[in-house]
Parts: sequence; C-alpha cells; structure tokens
Amino acid sequence: MPAPIRLRELIRTIRTARTQAEEREMIQKECAAIRSSFREEDNTYRCRNVAKLLYMHMLGYPAHFGQLECLKLIASQKFTDKRIGYLGAMLLLDERQDVHLLMTNCIKNDLNHSTQYVQGLALCTLGCMGSSEMCRDLAGEVEKLLKTSNSYLRKKAALCAVHVIRKVPELMEMFLPATKNLLSEKNHGVLHTSVVLLTEMCERSPDMLAHFRKLVPQLVRILKNLIMSGYSPEHDVSGISDPFLQVRILRLLRILGKGDDDSSEAMNDILAQVATNTETSKNVGNAILYETVLTIMDIKSESGLRVLAINILGRFLLNNDKNIRYVALTSLLKTVQTDHNAVQRHRSTIVDCLKDLDVSIKRRAMELSFALVNGNNIRGMMKELLYFLDSCDPEFKADCASGVFLAAEKYAPSKRWHIDTIMRVLTTAGSYVRDDSVPNLIQLITNSVEMHAYTVQRLYKALLDDISQQPLVQVASWCIGEYGDLLVSGQCEEEEPIQVTEDEVLDVLEGLLVSNLSTPVTRGYALTAIMKLSTRFTSVNRIKKVVSIYGSSIDVELQQRAVEYNALFKKYDHMRPALLERMPIMEKTASNGPTEIVQTNGETEPSVVEAKHPPPVTQPTNQVRTVFSLYIRKNTHLGLEANPNPNIAVITIHASNSTEADMTDFVFQAAVPKTFQLQLLSPSSNVVPALNQGTVTQVIRVLNPQKQQLRMRIKLTYTHKGSAVQDLAEVNNFPPQSWQ
Amino acid sequence: MFMRFLLLFSRQGKLRLQKWFTPLTDREKKKVIRDMMMLVLARPARSCNFLQWRDLKIVYKRWYASLYFCAGLEDHDNELLALEVLHRYVELLDKYFGNVCELDIIFNFEKAYFILDEFLMEGEILETSKVAVGVSLEEADTLQETMEEYMSKPAY
Repeated sequence: MPAPIRLRELIRTIRTARTQAEEREMIQKECAAIRSSFREEDNTYRCRNVAKLLYMHMLGYPAHFGQLECLKLIASQKFTDKRIGYLGAMLLLDERQDVHLLMTNCIKNDLNHSTQYVQGLALCTLGCMGSSEMCRDLAGEVEKLLKTSNSYLRKKAALCAVHVIRKVPELMEMFLPATKNLLSEKNHGVLHTSVVLLTEMCERSPDMLAHFRKLVPQLVRILKNLIMSGYSPEHDVSGISDPFLQVRILRLLRILGKGDDDSSEAMNDILAQVATNTETSKNVGNAILYETVLTIMDIKSESGLRVLAINILGRFLLNNDKNIRYVALTSLLKTVQTDHNAVQRHRSTIVDCLKDLDVSIKRRAMELSFALVNGNNIRGMMKELLYFLDSCDPEFKADCASGVFLAAEKYAPSKRWHIDTIMRVLTTAGSYVRDDSVPNLIQLITNSVEMHAYTVQRLYKALLDDISQQPLVQVASWCIGEYGDLLVSGQCEEEEPIQVTEDEVLDVLEGLLVSNLSTPVTRGYALTAIMKLSTRFTSVNRIKKVVSIYGSSIDVELQQRAVEYNALFKKYDHMRPALLERMPIMEKTASNGPTEIVQTNGETEPSVVEAKHPPPVTQPTNQVRTVFSLYIRKNTHLGLEANPNPNIAVITIHASNSTEADMTDFVFQAAVPKTFQLQLLSPSSNVVPALNQGTVTQVIRVLNPQKQQLRMRIKLTYTHKGSAVQDLAEVNNFPPQSWQ
Repeated sequence: MFMRFLLLFSRQGKLRLQKWFTPLTDREKKKVIRDMMMLVLARPARSCNFLQWRDLKIVYKRWYASLYFCAGLEDHDNELLALEVLHRYVELLDKYFGNVCELDIIFNFEKAYFILDEFLMEGEILETSKVAVGVSLEEADTLQETMEEYMSKPAY
C-alpha cells in the first residue's frame, strides 16, 4: 500500500477545492483511507494520519474515530508521536468520554520520563483536560514536580496544580508545602506561575489567604525590583520589565490587602510608586496602571491614594486610545457607588464620552452618567442626556428614556421642569419608551395638580403634530380625558393658552380611534377619554354616538368598553358624573399596583451593580405558616411568611439589609395578576438598618377567590449611600400551601 | 487572568486555531465560535477592541490583514493586559516562522498549537520570557527532527 499522503500535501489539496461539495468529497476519501490505515494498525504512519485528522477536525468534520489512535500515539516511545498524540487528545478528547481515563497511565509514566519535553507534554495535557479522577490519581506526581529544581518543569507543574485545584478543590492542602519557597525563584516563568497558584489558593480558602498574607513584603520587594531594574532584553516590553508578572503580583496584592489594614499599609508605597512612575505612552504601561487602580480601590488604601487612582482613571478618559477610555468608564462605573464625590469631579469628561463614536464607549458613558445625576447637577446633566437621547442609536433609546424618567422623578427641581422633561422624551423617543412608563407618567401627572392645564395643553399640541408614538398618545389621551375641560376653557397659566373647541378635541380623539397607527391599547385609552369628556364637555350627544358605534367593534376590548359606557348613558346615567369624575391623587405607597402584570424585562435602572436574582428557596415548615426567602442584589433579603386561611393569604414581608449602610426611604410595592386582589398594610418603618441589625415588616393580604397560582411582582425603592436604588423582582413560585 | 478560550479565524469565517481552557461540549464550542465570528466580524473598523458577550469580556484584534485573534475573559480580568498577551503570541509566531502570515498558520497549525502550549496553560501565562519560549521550541523541535532523521523520512 502506498504511503499515505503527507499533511501539508493534504492541506494543499483541500484548499484547491472550489466548492463545499468538492471539499467534502476530498475529505471523505481521505478519511476512508485513514480509517483503513488505522484498521491495519500501521505504526509508521499513525502520526501522519492523526495529524491530518486534526486538520480536518478544525475544518469542522467529525474525527472521533481518531480518539483511540491518539492514545496509541501517546503510548509510543517516539517524541513526534507523543507530540501529535497529546495534541490530538487535547483537541478530540474531553472528560466526558470514558476513553480519556485510558490516558492516565501514560501520563503518569510520561510525568516521570527522562526527557523534560515529554514530561512537559504530559503536564500540559493534564493541565488542559484532566478530569477530576485523573487529577486525583496524578496530583501526587504534580506535587513532586512542583518541588523540582528544573524551572521548565516547575512552572508547568504550578499551572497544572492550579488546574487540579480547580477540578478537585479538596486537594489544595497537599500543595501547600511545595509553595514554601516558590517566590524565591529567580526564573520569571516560575515566579509568574507561582503567583497564579498562590492567587488561586487564596481566592478559594480564607485560611490560605490568612496564611499567605505574610508574603506581602516579599511580593512588594519583587515588584520593586521589577520596576527599578534596568533594561532586561528577555523580559522587556516597550521599556517595561515583565509587565505580565507585575500585573499578576498587583492582583495577588489586591486579594491579600482587601479588608486587612496591615497588609494594605505595607503595600501603600509600592502602589503609589507604580501609579506615578509607570510610563503611559503605550498600552502596556496603561495595563499596569489599570491593575494598580483596581488594587488601590479594593484594599484599605489611604484616601490620598484613592484620589490618585480616580484621577488616573480621569486621565484615561482623555486618552486618545479608545480601549483605555472604555476601560476607564468601566472602572469608574464600578467605583461610583463607593467614591461618588471623586468620580463626580470627572463628570464633564464622562458626559463628553456620550458623543464618542464607539458604541461600547457610549453605552458605558450613558450608564455612568445616570449614576452621577444628583440634585445639584440635574439640569445640566439632563440637557446632555436628552441631547444624547435625540441622536443616539435605537439600541440605546429605551434604556436612556427609562433612565431619564427615573432621574427626573428623583431630582426634578420643579414640577414644570419635570413635565417638560417627560414631554421631551415622549416626543423625541416616544416609540422606544417602555410600556410601564405610561402608568408611571400618568400617576405623576395626576399628582402635579397645579400643572394639569399646562400638561394637557402641551400634550394636545404634541398630538396635533404626531400620533405615531404610542406611549405619548396613550398618556395624552388619558390627560385629555381627565383635563379636557381645562383645555377648552383656556386656563393655562404657564404658557399662552390655546384656543380650542370641544369639537376639535373630539376630532383628535376620534382620529386616534380610526387611525391605523393606533394599537388596540391606544384605542382603549382614546375611547375611555372620550367617555370621560361626557361629564366635562357639553356635546354629550356626539360622544353618545361615538360610543354606540364602537359597541359593535370587532376588537373585543373596545366593544366591551363601548357596551359598558353605553349602559352608563342609558340605565345608569345617574351614576355617570360620579363614576367619571376627576381621578384623586394616587399615593405612591398605595396598595393596589397596576392590575395587569406588564410584560417588560424589568431592568430599568442602568446603574452599577448587576441585579442577580438567585431563585427563591422554599422551606415549608408546617401547614399554617410557610416561610421562604428571596434575595435581591445579594444584600437585600425579603423573608416572606405566608399565613393561609381559606379566603385570604396573608403574607408578611421581612426586609433585611446586609450591606454596611442603611437603606432609607425604603418602599415596598407589589402587584398581582387580575384575578387577585391585594392590600398592602403600613410598613413598620421605612429604614432598613445596615448589617442585618433590624428588619422592616409589612403585611400584604391577597384575596384569591379563584384559587389560582399566586404570582407577584415586587418593586423596592430606597436610598442607599446617597443614591436612589430601584429593584424589580418577580415571584412565581410561592409554595402551593400559601394559595391553596 | 483567566482566559476561557482563544480563537483564531479569518475574515471569511474560517477557523484557524481553537484553544479551550474550560470544558465545553462540541455544541457549545460551535455556538461560541459562531457568535464570536458574528460579533467580531461585524465590528466597524476603528472600534475599541473590547466587547461584552454574556458574562464574558471579549478581547479581539486583527493581525496580518485578515486573521482575527479573539479571546474570552472573565469579568474581573484586565483587558488591556489581554491585548498584550495576544500581541506576545503574535510575536512568538513571528519569531518562530520568520515574518509570519496566515498561510504559515494554516499549513503549520500543529506548530501554532505547540507554540501556544509553551506560552499559555490553563488560561494563564506560563512563560513571560520570549527567549525562553523560543529555546524550548527549538529544543523540542530538535528532538522531533532526530527521530525523523532516524526514520529518514518526515513523520507527517
């Protein structure tokens, strides 16, 4: 049989294929040849065939039939075979296939081979894909190699040990003795991998962390030597000596210094030195500075050092290099909660980044800008953010609009300004506004009693211009329905009142009903608005006519409304004025939330910490009281006790706070689906003390006449460390005992 | 730094190297590759080299006109340093092949892996000295050649 074609020959041939089909044909032919060669147990060309198989595997073709052949190659005595065999094992095998365990013996032998490059291959493969069983079997060998004086092997053993620890954390202890003098090594490869190993151990075990704190002086010394040492061609990168090792040491220092005064003090000087002396003209210097900043912010550094760190980030913001600007914004976002004032100083630079061309940078700048808004800078910031909203890509508009609403609600300097801001958002980004903004805005408008005439006038004028943006149209319809009388009587004080007749107003609302641009929801709003005007306008007959027409609408929702309104005109006309009178002021802490669960994605606050919602844990203790927990943001805990009786589920909320600052103005709100009725009683207080020192209790009563699965949407708002926080959560898995 | 994966692919979406530092199923790997290619190849010319994907930071850079180097990092990793890591790998390839281009990596993919395995392991840097990596490769290659001489024909 002729010798199988060589690897490079195959590659060349395959690359001449002009179509996918042609390529597939060549591959199939070659695979068939390779398979028969494998069947013949051909030792000479096994290596060549496996190499070709690996190439074809990279192109996306199946190569599993080569797995055992890799094992045979590994077992061979030839270095070339082993090299390809181990590579094949790493590419084709993983811990899910039982066959990988067959490697264990070979690896064990090779770990003790006389040639260091063979030992190296074994360490590399074990460190790449060693399963837990393999790691358990071979950890002893790795530990032995960690103590060798051969630096080539030592560095590989160190990273292999890291892999073993990641796979089988219980084995960490056995590597402890070997770490004794790792840092006294001169060889940078060993030093670097040792620091990685120490980092891994410290991250996994508080005991190890405490044990290794004594290494801080040694680490500081090594770092100092790197900075002060002269040019070393072997490790130099753009004038900096071994930046990789420097960054790794800084990271380990971060872990060791966190929460520990003594260690933090011991590293203060070196951090200041690195922060001030590192060359910033190239990326590599900035990479080190970046890591230094992260370390300074995480340990207990003195305030001068912290300010230095934030100023470095501020300088990063002005750097020409986009990457550095991006990284600065990301870091500032992380520190804005803890060092708010320092970050505020860079506000104008951050706001300038809103105009950056790069999408990633714009997003970060937007998030950070919202985090920086406060009572003092609201007017200026809002101007910039609204300008951003006007011109940004659609992917940003929803988040930006929500952010603007939130900020406006918290810090509006006046009601007029607030209404104007809302108007601006609705008219410029009206179609991107989230659905749940509409009820929020309506509530806001209702409560701004003195602005009713102004608001309805502005909304009416906006409708005349454009009826395509549904949230705007919905809010406007609602307002006209409520305050149409103010509109027609020209009572606006804030600006020149417009002259408009009842018929003109009704024309506009009827126009919404018939327009193709209006969604069914919008039509509902419009119809209800028209109906309300029957008690505010004199042209009742016209309204009656409109309402009766829609009594036969195809849209069931609209039909139902029209029929009911019709009935109001006929049988219940005496009740009409009372039913349709002005809405009272709605309290924010009121019991009933919206009676429909709105399908939004719930993330409305574009701020620093990601809200992670681990699933609630249910622990039914006995039949009467069931307790379960809900964690929000990892530091707010809601304990829900359900106390079911036949008709009413009584749920008691206990809110506690594990962060180091109090949560003030704490408000808990809940909403349930239509078939339930909810009553929220007064909370015990609205301050949740820090560090779990106390809880806020509140009772919710849920009437569940249809005995349906209880679901609840929860909203928490509070002030924490000076900034406003809002959290949303959905609870879908109340234990059955609480509602059955 | 804990690199989760390193991918090399061409502008036309052809994979040239894949190194995974965490265990993933074949299906998951294919998904990652597809997503990376889609995200990276769609980026406008002068964008920053970082983007967010799921819970990972993605660092990418284009070298040799048409070859993209793309790495996935964990959230707490230093992206700027990751760029240096990618750069170092490129330098090592360059030194080994002498003025490397994409074709070298296509025709000698196994060597690209050997070089990578002397530089990174378990998602971490194994050796920070360019010289040391070069020396190990040279010596290992010599071992291989000796075998081939003995067999008086190239092994593969």
